[in-house]
Amino acid sequence: MPHFTLDGRTIPFEPGQTLMEAAMAAGVYIPHLCYHPDFEPHGSCKLCSVEVNGRICSACTFPAAENQEVISASEEVRHLRLRLTQMLFVEGNHLCPSCEASGSCELQATGYYLGMTDGHFSHFFPRREIDASHPEVLLDRDRCIFCALCVRASRDEGKNVFALSGRGIHTRLVVNSPSGKLGDTDLEATDRAAHICPVGAILVRGTAFRAPIGERKYDHRTIAQVALEEERPLVGRQHGQAED
Amino acid sequence: MPSDPIQTAALAVERYGNHLSSLLAILRQLQQSHHYVPRPAMEKVAERLAVPLAEVEAVTEFYSFLHSFPQGRYEIYFSNCIIDDLQGRETLQRRLCERLKMAVGTTRADGLVSVAETSCTGLCDQGPAILVNGHAIGSLTGEKIDRIADLIEQQICVEDWPAKWFRIEDRFERRDLLLTAAWQSGKALKSALRRGPEYVLEALSDSGLRGRGGAGFPTAKKWRFCREAAGEHYIVCNADEGEPGTFKDRVLLRHHADQLLEGMTLAAFVTDARRGFIYLRAEYAFLRAELEAAMRQRRRQGLLGRNICGLMDFHFDIEIVMGAGAYICGEESALLDSIEGRRGQPRNRPPYPVTAGLWGQPTVVNNVESFIAASLIVLNGGAWFAGVGTEKSKGTKLLSIGGDCRWPGIYEVPFGMTVTEIMILCGAGETLGVQVGGPSGTFIGPGEYDRRIAFEDLGTGGSFMVFGKERDMLEIVRNFTDFFAHESCGFCTPCRVGTSILVHLLDKLRNGWGTAGDILELERLGRVVRQGSHCGLGHTAANPLLDTLERFPDRYQAPLQEIDFSPGFDLDGELETARRLTDRFSAADHLTQE
Repeated sequence: MPHFTLDGRTIPFEPGQTLMEAAMAAGVYIPHLCYHPDFEPHGSCKLCSVEVNGRICSACTFPAAENQEVISASEEVRHLRLRLTQMLFVEGNHLCPSCEASGSCELQATGYYLGMTDGHFSHFFPRREIDASHPEVLLDRDRCIFCALCVRASRDEGKNVFALSGRGIHTRLVVNSPSGKLGDTDLEATDRAAHICPVGAILVRGTAFRAPIGERKYDHRTIAQVALEEERPLVGRQHGQAED
Repeated sequence: MPSDPIQTAALAVERYGNHLSSLLAILRQLQQSHHYVPRPAMEKVAERLAVPLAEVEAVTEFYSFLHSFPQGRYEIYFSNCIIDDLQGRETLQRRLCERLKMAVGTTRADGLVSVAETSCTGLCDQGPAILVNGHAIGSLTGEKIDRIADLIEQQICVEDWPAKWFRIEDRFERRDLLLTAAWQSGKALKSALRRGPEYVLEALSDSGLRGRGGAGFPTAKKWRFCREAAGEHYIVCNADEGEPGTFKDRVLLRHHADQLLEGMTLAAFVTDARRGFIYLRAEYAFLRAELEAAMRQRRRQGLLGRNICGLMDFHFDIEIVMGAGAYICGEESALLDSIEGRRGQPRNRPPYPVTAGLWGQPTVVNNVESFIAASLIVLNGGAWFAGVGTEKSKGTKLLSIGGDCRWPGIYEVPFGMTVTEIMILCGAGETLGVQVGGPSGTFIGPGEYDRRIAFEDLGTGGSFMVFGKERDMLEIVRNFTDFFAHESCGFCTPCRVGTSILVHLLDKLRNGWGTAGDILELERLGRVVRQGSHCGLGHTAANPLLDTLERFPDRYQAPLQEIDFSPGFDLDGELETARRLTDRFSAADHLTQE
């Protein structure tokens, strides 16, 4: 089997696999927010940045190849990921203590994983619209990090409920209905798109704070452990064919 | 023109076709007719093209010249390129807004006029410049501004404004190989048809021609890779000249269109392509009619269209696709997405366009200047071209020179010419520095003027901006960084957020609140943006900052506070809203910040 090295470790891969897929299959966690094995890779959050033969690439989109020397655990790469995570925090309005996704939030868990102790940058405090028009699902744009997982999930379901609009720092998550309101779409609480959000931007109503502190997703396990346990078995399946 | 947006939408769909790749043209039509893209029209378009409404909205909001909220019946954009700025853009813009009794960045309450800023309009040699309902006006003065305000208040059609205002001057200040070569329509093509595709590829290979867009990929290789890739082939001309300070394609498109079209046809012959596209930036809409006339002429001559040169199996035609105000669409994969009717976001690579370009098919994407050079190389042979230039940079380069010099304009210079020689040519005096290759290029000071224009030293797409020694370097860097923040597509985190933070930090410095810690932060953050970004825009967005930090540390040190840290906001300023709301304006309602 062909292989490459990742932080000195030999990683086998099947032709066509990305660095992320090969690493994940070999049990190596590479931080990520916009990547999920069930969906076509996006390559936008850049948390999975790794150094490949001296150049920074996104592990989730970059094809694995022979003779690649990949570095993921260097201080330089860690610093890059930390700054990117901090950027995502200051760009939106992330008030963790009152957020119902707290403890189950991938952004927050990534922050812990990378040793983030502050926002580092000045907050943007953007004004973003909350959409509470849907009886079952709440859209709180303050927490959106533009990973487009909801866009991809909804597209794969044939509903196309979400899209990213605007440009640059004015990028915003929009909803596919004449009114622009979630309540006027055919989104259902059982849709994958309503559950795939890695932060607390899309929330299913009536489930808030069900899990007490101490029993939330990342209370006892790091995001690396969770990803390897939950996402690793999914690697290799064809995109868009999740069973749940 | 119908006043009902839904009807406009339906007519536009009929005119441009009901497929996704017509979307941009349809939206442009709506913007032109209604001065925005009304929601009911979006619905109609979505329905007819069978795409989600949210996608139509997302495309609309991506491009600077399309709006989901009403703009004025006179839509005015001031070019905020640094060269326009140094020529007094801000004062003129303020003057216009005062005359029209409105604020910048707004639409006046009566809906008559909107005034906003846009990135470089490619008229730096005759700035300050504006676009009015898509028409370009250069060489603005205070009096012209006053007259414009009057014409707007009197609601005179833009078409009836003084015709001489819309005349765009083209100044060729130095001609060399390309601009002096004899030309006869169809001659290069016929010679290629006689000798076969391999001859074309060999001539290009012998010439050493590298892409003129900036990246410098060997043209022969690109065409060969595309030729060898299986599928339906396409030829695309990147005429989205958006790099601030560049305007050489503007004059090439006007004066050398026939050579461009022939170059594209040669590429089609080599790769067996049937369709070609010229992606023309919205700012250059005034060139469209002339380009179309050149295309018609070639069709009449049998050099374009069906059965080219009488051959049974050689069909190739070209369409013009208009951009809608997005610098990122100059990035080749974003440009392809834009032609397909999507947001112009750079694709993940590999694969590259030569194997998976338009609609996933093998595509040649080249710059205007590259196609023109290619047609002349086929006509005159590779050696003719390779005899000029340096070892790794053959031939000549067109430079658009603007800024603090006596003779701004177009200069064709052999590769290898030094900056000093160019400065003498264009009549520059004492300078602070030169930005070579636009904001994404390199800023150099007088100490490095012996450096050469060449891929192996100072690479450039064609922008050459001269800054006099009295200029404020932080203003220049802030302008460039803000440009990138404004033009970032927003796809990836480091570019979307990082560029905005860089602008905030530069503002903090310019406001006199900067500390040594901020300088360090700027440098580190600049590297994060450079390293972590998805495409060339983000990779180069911090270049002006990092270049000048390295070369002019004193310019950054001078305005600093002598403390380790100072907050980046104005405490008293933050209270302004509260004061206004409570109607309290006494001295006691103000805070002093230590």
